[in-house]
Amino acid sequence: MSRWEHFPHGADVGVRGIGATKAEAFEQAALALIAVMADVATIEAREARPVECEAPDDELLLVEWLNAIVYLVAADKMLFSRFSVEIDGPRLEAQAWGERLDPPRHRPAVEIKGATYTMLRVAREGDSWIAQTVVDV
Amino acid sequence: MDLALLTRRSEYEWEIPRQGAMRVPAVIFASEPLIRDMDKKVYEQVTNVAMLPGIVEASYAMPDAHWGYGFPIGGVAAFDADEGGVISAGGVGFDISCGVRCLHTGLTRSHITAVEGRLADTLFARIPVGVGSTGLIRLSAEDMDAMLTGGARWAVERGWGLPRDLERIEESGQMLHAKPGAVSTRAKTRQRDELGTLGSGNHYLEIQEVTQLFDEQAAQCFGLRVGDIVVMIHCGSRGLGHQIGTEFLKQMAIDAPRYGISLPDRELACAPIASELGQQYLGAMRAAINCALANRQLLTHLVREVFAELLPQAALEVLYDVSHNTCKLEEHRIGGRTRTLYVHRKGATRAFGPGHPSLPDALRAVGQPVLIGGSMGTGSYVLAGNRQGESPAFSSACHGAGRAMSRHQAHKTWNGRQVVEELAARGIVVRSPSMRGIAEEAPGAYKDVSAVVDAAEAAGLARKVARLAPLVCVKG
Repeated sequence: MSRWEHFPHGADVGVRGIGATKAEAFEQAALALIAVMADVATIEAREARPVECEAPDDELLLVEWLNAIVYLVAADKMLFSRFSVEIDGPRLEAQAWGERLDPPRHRPAVEIKGATYTMLRVAREGDSWIAQTVVDV
Repeated sequence: MDLALLTRRSEYEWEIPRQGAMRVPAVIFASEPLIRDMDKKVYEQVTNVAMLPGIVEASYAMPDAHWGYGFPIGGVAAFDADEGGVISAGGVGFDISCGVRCLHTGLTRSHITAVEGRLADTLFARIPVGVGSTGLIRLSAEDMDAMLTGGARWAVERGWGLPRDLERIEESGQMLHAKPGAVSTRAKTRQRDELGTLGSGNHYLEIQEVTQLFDEQAAQCFGLRVGDIVVMIHCGSRGLGHQIGTEFLKQMAIDAPRYGISLPDRELACAPIASELGQQYLGAMRAAINCALANRQLLTHLVREVFAELLPQAALEVLYDVSHNTCKLEEHRIGGRTRTLYVHRKGATRAFGPGHPSLPDALRAVGQPVLIGGSMGTGSYVLAGNRQGESPAFSSACHGAGRAMSRHQAHKTWNGRQVVEELAARGIVVRSPSMRGIAEEAPGAYKDVSAVVDAAEAAGLARKVARLAPLVCVKG
């Protein structure tokens, strides 16, 4: 039942993760983020990067998490295709698996400047969690 | 947008009267068709900005306004530090000091026709463009701080440009009072090898032809004649600015209650100008402005190298360089007295009029060039600022066509290769590393830039000088 999707925003793109748990929804939201840049199916999970972040509430934590991935993509020139997230109160610990950006193979469309607070929402809906926000490209 | 929500002040000026928590009214400049098509979110956002502490006169939206983050894109708001005024990271945006630089080439259409394809290929090969591209230089920690302090002046001192370039750049190429120490290690790491890169998304480098003049006197002053070839560069402060925006947005959102600021939208995150956080952001944002100015200077250097090889008779001179995502300290006459205000322009261009002391002698009689980038298939405009006192919205004008459709929708609607072929059939050569990026930036995804510029002129924001049509577009 875990999945991700994009939703429209005036100038940019919304990313939405859906999962059985909050952590799964965060994992899926990160995949949606990567999919704004490139086709996730082209990215091999060759090496892992640890990610840790902290924020006073779930919504700010989602923005922190996505921005940590944006930073790794920009600073380490990597793309990711698998995420494993654990959330404990205000803290998030994760592993992100991916590989070095290879433009001819990944054919990246656009870089992401940052995750915003626009349409930001982390909530339980029925049996599943959704985690969404708009990213600035 | 529902016109019943607005009070029409004049043909091109629409007011949202002060109500509820608004401290000042909100004003949108647009023609009736533009305002009908404008996103309802612009109404909400321009109204929210009017609620911020210390806002002066009104919260403004330009004719190209669309849904942004906290502030609308195309939003202008000024704050008085002595009246509890705030500075907002969202009011500047993630791409701090994103802007446009225009270069004369001294050439006309006939000079470049024979080499147009080679020119496109060589620019595409030499200008680092697209996701993950790196610049030609890698900055040491010392160089980074010098660049963040010196801006384009730093680049020129290093040999990447001419001293006379500087007078044609806002702030003479160097934003004073930048604080490299307020810029995080992460922001600097993100920038380490990104200086002199174009980026992606809506950023581009175009070769354009002047196709029409509207104001002969101003055009002569700007050195523009029909048939002239210019280079237009649109990009910003790259990863450094994005990271500064990200970090301060979060800190301001967390700290707002501590400063007694209640935010109608978390994205409006701001801090009092007089607070420590406000001052830190101001210093970091000014460093990012220098980063953007240095970046456009390095790109200018690369363009000059390409022209020197292929068209040695060309002489590339900077017409002007103006940013459209900034917060600047400026003097404005309000109600008969001069006030010093922090003017936020988010997707809006400064448009100083004739006689403004910050303009170089050569431009002072005519006013500041206002550079408006359209989408790749349509065209761009050069406008000039109107005399201060006669120009509303703290001497500001629009910044581009503004999107009419989301990237998501554009990606579904167009095929990148087809867009490139259609433009080629119309004589526009496009080079880009990403066909999906081209689809997302398809001309049809944008508003009609001419309608936006006509509304800006009719509203008195700036006056039209020249129209430019694209010939070659290197797209990120």
